[in-house]
Amino acid sequence: MSILNYLVLSGILFAIGGTAVLVRRNAIVAFMGVELMLNAANLTLVTFARMHGDLTGQVIAFFVMVVAAAEVVIGLAIIVSIFRTRGSASLDDASLLKS
Amino acid sequence: MTEMTISSGEAVLFWILAPLMVMGALGLLFARRTVHIAVAVAGVMVGLAVMYIANEATFLGVAQVVVYTGAVMMLFVFVIMLIGVDSTESLKETLTGQRWLAALAGVGLLVLMGAITTRAALPAPVGLAEANADTNAVGVARILFSDFIFPFELTGALLITAAVGALSLTHRVRLGAKFGQKEMAAAKLKAYGAGASSTLITNRPNPGVYARHNSADMPAVDAAGEPVEASITTVLRIRGQESNLPSAEELADAGRPYGQGEEPAAVPGAADERKELEQ
Repeated sequence: MSILNYLVLSGILFAIGGTAVLVRRNAIVAFMGVELMLNAANLTLVTFARMHGDLTGQVIAFFVMVVAAAEVVIGLAIIVSIFRTRGSASLDDASLLKS
Repeated sequence: MTEMTISSGEAVLFWILAPLMVMGALGLLFARRTVHIAVAVAGVMVGLAVMYIANEATFLGVAQVVVYTGAVMMLFVFVIMLIGVDSTESLKETLTGQRWLAALAGVGLLVLMGAITTRAALPAPVGLAEANADTNAVGVARILFSDFIFPFELTGALLITAAVGALSLTHRVRLGAKFGQKEMAAAKLKAYGAGASSTLITNRPNPGVYARHNSADMPAVDAAGEPVEASITTVLRIRGQESNLPSAEELADAGRPYGQGEEPAAVPGAADERKELEQ
């Protein structure tokens, strides 16, 4: 098995996450797509760290994890507050600026 | 530097885990219920943690389990619970053809990244045996607390900002006076005194109780033998989980035919009497 398999797997996960962000209307599901994309990028970083024999990639992945945790907290708080004011978690319903 | 070899055990692990992870991720695209998606994505996160550990990143693998499956995905499940498990997704397309374009974009991205990764001239893998000589956590900590000490301090500021931001975003300022049980009773009595005949001062009727059913989803029966809709809680009615009254045939099957025996359930003439009252 080549170490490239990890990269291909992370590419597959990234593409699925990106498609989910584009396709799904539920804000929570789209948000989980973002999380999947972040994790796929982390897998790439970890694989490259191993490929180059340098732990810096793992440190960067660690930072990605920390920032993703902060981002999830804020994102979910925004979704909850939109749900409270507009009664819907659908991305299509938040269109106040359009009309 | 020496070249690294990948053991066959790792290959077996990869080929078992990778299809499972891709299937879990596909749940993100095709599953209907949000909770199912959350559990599937949590499974993908666990799979990723195993892959980190297989890639000689023990510390990140453990952190992945703690941070992602433990905190982030459970936060997702918590918010799903807050927002409502039953919130269904509208299937109407606001932009025509957006779904197909998105699928095309996803496939294009996949092909592009696959082509780049497989065709790129990458160096032979070195492996982390040398860097991980004093365990992986020590190796990561040496880099984190030397080269990356300033970004590390900044993440502290980021986390505090995120915590305060989440608090202020979900904080609700009460605009009016609190409407509690006491105020509700006073308002009901006031409406009744003002002559609103439809207002109930007392509780609404309890649901009917039958030995063969969950009583909460069975309507009570009024004097005319009709089901009382208001006796079932609103939640069950919205979900469409209320039961119908057993029909005469069902009761006959159960060995107690309606109207036979001691007394009929529907008093003859009661329906007519009610109509007169309504007039």
